[in-house]
Order: sequence, then structure tokens, then C-alpha cells
Amino acid sequence: MTAIETAAEETPHGMPYHRETRHDPPAALMALQERPLRRMTYYPDGAEGWLVTGHAASRKVLADPRFVTGEQFVRSPTDQPHFFVSSSRHVPPGFFFFFDPPEHTRLRRKVTGVFTLKRMNELGDRVADIVDERIAAMKAAGNAADLVREFALPVPSLVICEMLGVPYADRDHFQRTSSDIFDQALPIERRDEAGAELFGYVLGLVPAKRSDPEDDLLSSLAADPDLTDEEVGGIGMILLLAGHETTANMFGLGTLALLEHPDELARLRAEPGLMTGAVEELLRFLTVAHAGMMRIVKEDAEIDGHLLRAGEYLTVAPHAANRDPARFERPGELDLGRNTQGHIAFGHGVHQCVGQQLARVEMRIGFAKLLEAFPDLRLAVPPEEIALRTDMFIYGVDSLPVSW
Amino acid sequence: MRIVADRERCMSAGMCALTAPEVFDQDDEDGRVLVRESDPEAEAALRAADAIELCPSGALAAR
Repeated sequence: MTAIETAAEETPHGMPYHRETRHDPPAALMALQERPLRRMTYYPDGAEGWLVTGHAASRKVLADPRFVTGEQFVRSPTDQPHFFVSSSRHVPPGFFFFFDPPEHTRLRRKVTGVFTLKRMNELGDRVADIVDERIAAMKAAGNAADLVREFALPVPSLVICEMLGVPYADRDHFQRTSSDIFDQALPIERRDEAGAELFGYVLGLVPAKRSDPEDDLLSSLAADPDLTDEEVGGIGMILLLAGHETTANMFGLGTLALLEHPDELARLRAEPGLMTGAVEELLRFLTVAHAGMMRIVKEDAEIDGHLLRAGEYLTVAPHAANRDPARFERPGELDLGRNTQGHIAFGHGVHQCVGQQLARVEMRIGFAKLLEAFPDLRLAVPPEEIALRTDMFIYGVDSLPVSW
Repeated sequence: MRIVADRERCMSAGMCALTAPEVFDQDDEDGRVLVRESDPEAEAALRAADAIELCPSGALAAR
């Protein structure tokens, strides 16, 4: 029996997060998938809870209302305090991710009308303009750039700023605070502070949105008599935070993955019609939400023959679930033509990503235009020199030097 | 087959409209599901079945 097999027999101490490769989940995590739902100990106190690495079990627990996010998280699946731990210490009003139905439902429905498939498709032309402007700026500056700084971060930031009505000129502030909130290696005090700063920033925009409304989401939320200013601030914070960090990392890491899979990249260049499915496959293959989706068991629940007791913690590892061979053939291969239906890169259940249709539109247009504009796009440094964001709540690359 | 949608459970993720656009639409108001075609045929029926399975909030069913 190998060391990994031995470890798989035991109750693992936390969720493995040290990666051996740039694009694959940790081997030690994948070894645990032999048991799709299993006991695991949590930090810092060693309390036993659960880890879910199987695709079917992940979908089951994420859709089950007995597993909740509306409680304060004090334990982490790794030796670093999880985003859920720092964020749920001081949940801003309106920050609906840390509410359960019916309050979650009330708050989420305030914004779902602007994120429909139809509205997002209508936004396509504007997204295309933003992407074109960034590409023109890259070309004007020479034949090399940091793709994260010049493209991956600005594109979704500009889009979400326009949607919300947040001044893009304030990007240094909200990008820095968002990054600190998601940096699990930072002291928890600093992350709490960053959370309060970002909330305070959005809250500060609300009075002017009410007195002098514009055609943006913060203005319409501010005009809603059912919402307090603080709730508008919390809703705005969640959308600003999730609206730029996630897609930015998919652009950065996704471009790296394509450049490191030249056959797949050539296939996509030859068949642009593959783009819709290619985006889904990149979402599945990379699953940037690699810190895990935590829940607390609200009432005893039996799942697949296991009894999950009230108060226990549960962590879904979506990056493992999306590589489950029981659901996806050859799961470790990037195959831009495969059927990825059912991947859980956006989660599952009532908390499934509210901005997923926006993310899809941004990625389809962004990747298509990037590949078209730079037929000779290549890495400007050896791939092993690229710093990976292993400590961040959302996985990705800090910078991606490319040339063309 | 008759497609039914529970608009109280719906969380407006848009997976149904993405997967089976000829069968499902979203309300302009808050993005909740609207059934466009409750008795789809052939390919549309298969896509509707996929959408039912994919719905994150379990709001869809075929009876």
C-alpha cells in the first residue's frame, strides 16, 4: 500500500491544498475521492466534519436546505482561516451569500432581474467594446504585457463597475480590498478590516445614488423602499467582489491553460464555434473556487448512508468533484469539445453563482477576441516561473507575462 | 409530458433558459423561470430533461 492509499484510509486532517501542477487539484485531494463523502478534521480545533469530493454527492449536499451558510463559521478546512471564517465574522447586512432562505431569497431576488440570460446577452456589445479597448491598449503599448494587469482584471472590473454604477477610477481601492479579503494567508484581522473597508466604500456611494439616480443597479437598489442603505451596501459589495475577482482569474489561468495545451488551443482557433463549450470546459477543468464551498449541518441528515449531525461542518471540493471519473470521462484532460454538462464550477443549490450568465458572456467574448487579436500569443517567461495563487480563495495567477 | 416550474423555489440562475431556450424563459422582473412550452417535443424535450436535472434549486419537474 502506498503512502497516499494509507492516508486515504484515515480521517484526513483538513483538505489538501498544496498543488503539484499548475492546473490539477492536489494529488492528495484526488486520492481522497475514493470515498466521495468522508470524515475530515477541521482547523483549528481538530473537530470532525465532512469532505465531499464526489460529483453526485456534491450536487446532493449543495442542493439540500439542511446544509446552511447563515451561521458564523469558526472552523476552516485548511490550516489557513477560510474566506467563510473571516467574512462570516462580520456579515454586512445584505451580503446574501451568508444568509439562508427566506432572507437569502428576498435579497437575491433584488438583483436577479439584471443578471438574466437575456440581459447578459444584450450586454454583449458593450462587453465587446470594453474588450476591444483593452486589446487596442495592449497593442499600442508594444508586443508584450502582463495579461492579468492589462486584460484579465480590467475587463470584468470595467463591466461590473458599469453595471453597478461604481466609479472605475476607484479600482485601486476595491481591487486591493477584494484581494485582501480573499487572501487566506493574511492575518484574519487584516481581512476583517478589508471587508469593512469595501463595505464602507460601497455604502458610501448609496446616498448619492438615491438623490441623483443613474441608469445602474446601485441606483435602482437605492430606490427600493424594501432595502436599507446597509443592505444596498452589502448587496453591492458581494457583486463587486465576486464580479471581478472570479472572471479575472478565469481569464488569467484560462489563458495559461490554453497556452500550455497547444493542440487544444489550435483546435479552438480552427473552430471558433467551439467557444461556448470551451468556456464550460475551462470552468470545469480549472474550477477556480478551489478553497471549497463550506456549509454547516443545520439538522441531522442522512446522505449516502452517512449520518451528518447538526453542527458539523461540511466542505465541498468543487475542483475535485469536477474531475470525478464517475461523471466525466478522462477528467484530467482538457478537452474543449467535451460535454461538460453538470459541472459545478458555479456551485449548485440556492447559492449557485448569481452572475454566472455574465461570466459566460465575458469569457466567450473575451477569449474569442483575445485569440483573434493575437494569433501568435505566447508566454514571455517559462511557465514554472509564473506565481500561482494557491493561498487565495479564488485560484489563479497573479501575473501572466505574454508576448505576441 | 408536462413541464412544471415552481416559481417559489426558483433562484433565477438561468440554467434552464441556457439549456433549453425553446422551453424556458426568465421573467424580466426578477429572472424567475417562465415555461414557454409545457409540452416540448423531440430534441426540445431532451434539452428540457437536461434543464430539469441541472436546475440548482430543484424548481423544475416533468409530469
